[in-house]
Order: sequence, then C-alpha cells, then structure tokens
Amino acid sequence: MGSAGRGGRGSGDVAAVRQSGDVAASRGPGEVHQARKPGAVREPGRMVVVSSLSSDAHTWNLVFLQLLIEEAGFEVVNLGPCVPADLLVSACRGLRPPLIVLSSVNGHGHQDGLRAIAALRAHEELATTPVVIGGKLGVGAGDRTAVVKELLAAGFDAVYDDVPDAEEFRGLVGALAAIRS
Amino acid sequence: MSGSDFAGAVRRAHAAGRLVVQPRMGLGDPALMRAGLVATKAAAARTVGTITLDSYTRIGDLESAERAVRGGMDLNGYPIVTHGARATRRMLDGVADADFPVQVRHGSARPARIVEAMCRAGLSATEGGPVSYCLPYGRTRLDVALHDWTRACRILASNRPDGATPHLETFGGCLMGQLCPPSLLVAVSVLEALYFRSMGITSVSVSYAQQTNEEQDREAIAALRGLCAELLPDVDWHVVVYAYMGVYPRTAGGARELLAQAARLAVDSGAERLIVKTVAEAHRLPTIAENIEALEFADGVAAGRPKPAGRAAGHRDSEVYQEAHALVEAVLNLAPEPGRALVTAVQRGLLDVPFCLHPENAGRARSFIDADGRLRWAEVGAMPLRGAVVRGGIKALTASGLVQALSHMQRTYDAAALERSRRGAALGMSS
Ligand code: B12
Repeated sequence: MGSAGRGGRGSGDVAAVRQSGDVAASRGPGEVHQARKPGAVREPGRMVVVSSLSSDAHTWNLVFLQLLIEEAGFEVVNLGPCVPADLLVSACRGLRPPLIVLSSVNGHGHQDGLRAIAALRAHEELATTPVVIGGKLGVGAGDRTAVVKELLAAGFDAVYDDVPDAEEFRGLVGALAAIRS
Repeated sequence: MSGSDFAGAVRRAHAAGRLVVQPRMGLGDPALMRAGLVATKAAAARTVGTITLDSYTRIGDLESAERAVRGGMDLNGYPIVTHGARATRRMLDGVADADFPVQVRHGSARPARIVEAMCRAGLSATEGGPVSYCLPYGRTRLDVALHDWTRACRILASNRPDGATPHLETFGGCLMGQLCPPSLLVAVSVLEALYFRSMGITSVSVSYAQQTNEEQDREAIAALRGLCAELLPDVDWHVVVYAYMGVYPRTAGGARELLAQAARLAVDSGAERLIVKTVAEAHRLPTIAENIEALEFADGVAAGRPKPAGRAAGHRDSEVYQEAHALVEAVLNLAPEPGRALVTAVQRGLLDVPFCLHPENAGRARSFIDADGRLRWAEVGAMPLRGAVVRGGIKALTASGLVQALSHMQRTYDAAALERSRRGAALGMSS
C-alpha cells in the first residue's frame, strides 16, 4: 500500500443522497489544512471507509480514526456523521474498501450497528469485507458482553466497545496494511 | 400547568443573588424523566429543569424512536414527539411551574416538529440555532436548517401557554464543544440571538462554553455581554455558561474541580445561569443522583463566591472582543436578515469552524492551545481575522496529536486531582 499520507480525500464525490435536505458525504480532516493532492486517483479496493451510524452526530472520533488509519498507509473516505444504512451501503458498494470502520459514541451504536451490518452483509460484494465497530455502543452501565456477542454474531469482524485506547485496533490496521502492500 | 416564564425565573434568582443551575438530563421513559425533574426541583440549589431529547428524535427518525419505545430499548434522551403531548403534560403535571420552568434541549437541525410537540405539551423554552444546531449535529444542508428553524421560531413565537414568554437560548457559544477559539463562539452566539430577535423572539439567552484558559474565558464573557448590550438593546437577554463541553476528566476529583471552575467563572462574569457536567461525563450518561450531586456542588461553589462589584470595564480592548466584533460586523454586512447572513457567511468561509466535518463548513481554519492554555488561531481561512494568526503554533496533525489536544483539560484536571489525593494520603499518614 503506497503511503497516502494526509491526502485523505473527502468523499464529496461519493454520490448518494437519501433525503433531499441532507448532504451526501463529508470531507476528511486532511482537507482542513491541506489541499487535495493533484491527480490523486481513488482506486476501488484501496480506500478504507470510516463512518458514523445513522443517529450519531459525533465527529471527533471520526477525525481521530481517519488520521490513525492514514498513518498506517491507507487512504480513507470519511463519510461523516449521521450516515443512514443505505448511504453507507451505496458508498461501500462503489468503493470496495479493504476495511470498513464504523464508530458510534452516542449510546445508540448497538441498535444502529445491527441495522448497518445487516444492510452491508445483504450485498454479495460486501459479504466478506472486514467490518469493525467501536466507540461507546450502549447507554447502560451494565454488562456489555451480551452486546458484543450480538454484534459479532450479526456479522462484525471485531467489536471495540468502550476500549481505553485504540492501540489494539492500530495493530490490526497495521497488519492489514502490511499484508496488502 | 407549565405556563412558566423561563427568563423570569432566572431574573428573579439573579436579583436574589443566586446563580441558576441546570442539568443536562434526558431519560427515555416518562416515569423516569418525571423522577429526574422532581429530583432537580427538590435539589438544594436554585434550579430549572431540562428535558434532553434522544438522537433519533433529533434527526427526525421517528420510526426508530417509536421502535425503541415499543421495544423497551434504552434511549439517550426523552422522545418528546413519540410520547406525544398528552403523556408529556402528564409527565410534567405538578412539577413544572412558575418557579421551576422546564427547557427542551434537542440538538436538531430541523426542529419544527419538535417545537410543535413541546408547544402542544405546554412548554415554551428551548435552545439551538440554525448554524450551531446544524454544523455539529449531522449532515443537513444549511439552507434546509435555516428554513426549518424559521418555521420553528414562528411556531414558538406565537406560542404563549398561560401567557408565558417564549424563550430561546443560542448554542453558538459551544459549537463542536472543544478546540474553537472563543471569539468565534461569542460571534455565533450573538448572531444567533440577532436571528432569534428577527424571528419575533423577545426573550433569549446567549451561551458560552468554558474553554481551556480562565482569563480568556472571562474576556470572552465580557465581550459577549458587551456585544449583546450594543446589539440587543430591545431584547430580554441573559448569559448562560456551559461547564466544559469537551473531553472531560475521568476522575471524580478532576470532574468536580472543572465544574467548580465553571461555577466561579459564571459568578465572576455576572452570568445568570450555569449548565453543569457530572462525574460520569467521560464515561456514560449520568444517573439522576449524579446530576443532583453536580447541581448541589455547583450551587455551593457559586454561593461561596463574592459577587463581582460592577460590570468589567474596558472589555472592548480585549482580543476576544475585537475578533468577535470583526466577525459579527462582517457577517451582518452580507444580508439584511441575520439568518440569511449567517448561512451565507458559513458558505463563504467568513465563519469557519475548526475540525468541523460538515461539507458546507470551509474547513480552512485551524486552532491550537498555546503554552498558557489559550486557544489561538493557526489559520483563519477567509475569516476577517488575519491579524490574529499565530505562526508556528502547530505541527502536522496526527491521531495522537489530536487526542493530546482534545484531552488537555482531562489531563490537567486528572493530574491535579491525583496529586491532591496523593498529598492527602501522605498527610493522613504523617498525622
Ligand atoms: C464533544 C462531545 C459532544 C459534541 C460533539 C461535536 C461533534 N460533532 O463531534 C456535542 C456537544 C455536539 C455533543 C452532542 C451529543 N452528545 Co456528546 N460528547 C462529547 C464528549 C464531551 C467528548 C467526545 C469527544 O470529543 N471525544 C474525543 C474522541 C477522539 O474520542 P471518543 O469519541 O471518546 O472515541 C474514542 C474511543 O471511544 C475510541 N473509539 C471511538 N470509535 C471507535 C471505533 C473503533 C473501531 C475503535 C477501535 C475505537 C473507537 O477511540 C477514541 C479515542 O480513544 C463526550 C464525553 C467525554 N468523552 O468527555 C460526550 C458524549 C460522547 N456525548 C454523549 C451524548 C449522549 C450526546 C448527545 C446525544 C446529547 C445527549 N443526549 O446528551 C449529543 C449527540 C446527538 C446525536 N445525534 O448523536 C454521551 C454518550 C453517552 C453514552 N454513550 O452512553 C457522552 C459520553 C457524554 C455523557 N456522559 O453523557 N457531544
């Protein structure tokens, strides 16, 4: 995998609008301070997708994850906040990402995550794509292992619920980058 | 029943020398929501009540809210549209009154249905703004948000349950919660208040969220008061301070000290109301008991603080005032109506929120925390703040660098709390 650095392009050109009032996709943090790399081509199969879930507006988590994944050598499409399942699916079908990273911290990640993974896995071309989810996935303070099991059973490859830091995940992304380079 | 005048209750408390304290509280089940409001009312503090809405209702996904309510699933707030006016009136009956008004906090870019529902339930106070409830709260287009906000304001302005005056608070003083230099927060707060006035709302509050440097926060609130005095002479306004809205300390001691700092800031700057954060903030939604503890703790800190002698003079000299003034002036010059001016300003990058992913935010501005803990501009994009740029303040952005900046307050307050308990333990041993 070539080093993409912070060229991490926003996904302004992933065209899929659900509701008329919504903007299709968000930009990545790379664009906050750096112009797009001229001539950077978005090849299917090389861009990792980072996305929030349908009801979650938090974005600091998404910016963090994009930077972390870019540092491992991938390019990233950051779909931004409040991504409904159908927008997630249409973006991923077009991009054929090597990894899909879903993040939610608002407490609805459990419910929204189950819907997202069902929608993704319903498409043949996404049936075996690695999909992980993390953040603060539930509202209650109780035992979370049942939630993690349910998400794994529904088709997620890894679940990072309320992890203290993302180091284990950084290792996973690094290993994936090494395999693909 | 709940025909209560929000600003009136705040004004009476202020005249009596009391800071009003308010929780961020929202529970999905009406019985629990009622219990939370009853406990807030009974707290040993001068309080007003809050109904914070859940994320499904915020984005207008009423189907999911409905499914969650029917399936008994946990929600992160009170689904006011789904429960409906009758259930909400019952929930509030005997709790909301003239001395205990209740505000709806909803974080919605398209609030018309929510405002309709709250008005039908007899409520007349809420918060937000067409920019501050759009850029940080999802992917709704700005012109769509403005259109819906304008509808919501009309509904609210004509709603006077039992003669109560409709009240709207700006969320402009918070935006993304962290890493935004105060001048932009102050400017958006003032501009949204001007927009509310243009919509016929005569009672507003202007927000400001505690940031990373005490002195800069004081300058910011003085600037906010100064600008409101100049631009809103014909409106009933007060200042509401939010306890820190970014990544919160993990230790109970650190969380309490940061809240104490917010309470002192509110009193010293003459603010009328404070919205608290709890010891659970960094971890999960707070319980009712944790909210009450935070309210009583903040009230105690505020009560022990001498009131400021007079209005801070010379606020016009501060950096925050000058920057905020430049922003407000540039925006108001764009269009005769403040709402249109606000949206156009964002679209042209005259207001540019650092780290905001919303596609219509220009995303050229960059901020950083300097050695004194002040928030500063590294890049301002098209904002009329060229002179405010500090060169050499930032390195290339990395994941760990971002977390480092985001956790500045958490680190500082957790370290101090651990140091306090270490010293306490050492003292205990030697005595
Ligand atoms: C800033 C903030 C906001 C800002 C967000 C602005 C924006 N657009 O991003 C504002 C003020 C707008 C906001 C709004 C709301 N918020 Co908020 N917010 C926070 C706060 C204070 C900090 C979050 C943050 O910036 N973290 C920094 C990033 C880098 O870290 P992170 O998000 O925690 O993610 C880390 C890990 O979770 C992990 N991670 C995350 N995702 C993934 C994914 C993978 C694969 C992996 C491996 C790891 C991973 O890695 C990150 C780094 O360690 C937290 C509380 C806190 N932490 O102090 C509450 C918090 C997240 N918010 C919360 C809530 C509920 C809301 C609201 C619903 C309002 C409400 N009802 O109270 C709304 C959201 C509306 C919606 N539609 O979703 C709750 C969630 C409760 C829960 N899960 O049980 C929290 C915990 C506060 C609380 N204690 O109540 N919020």
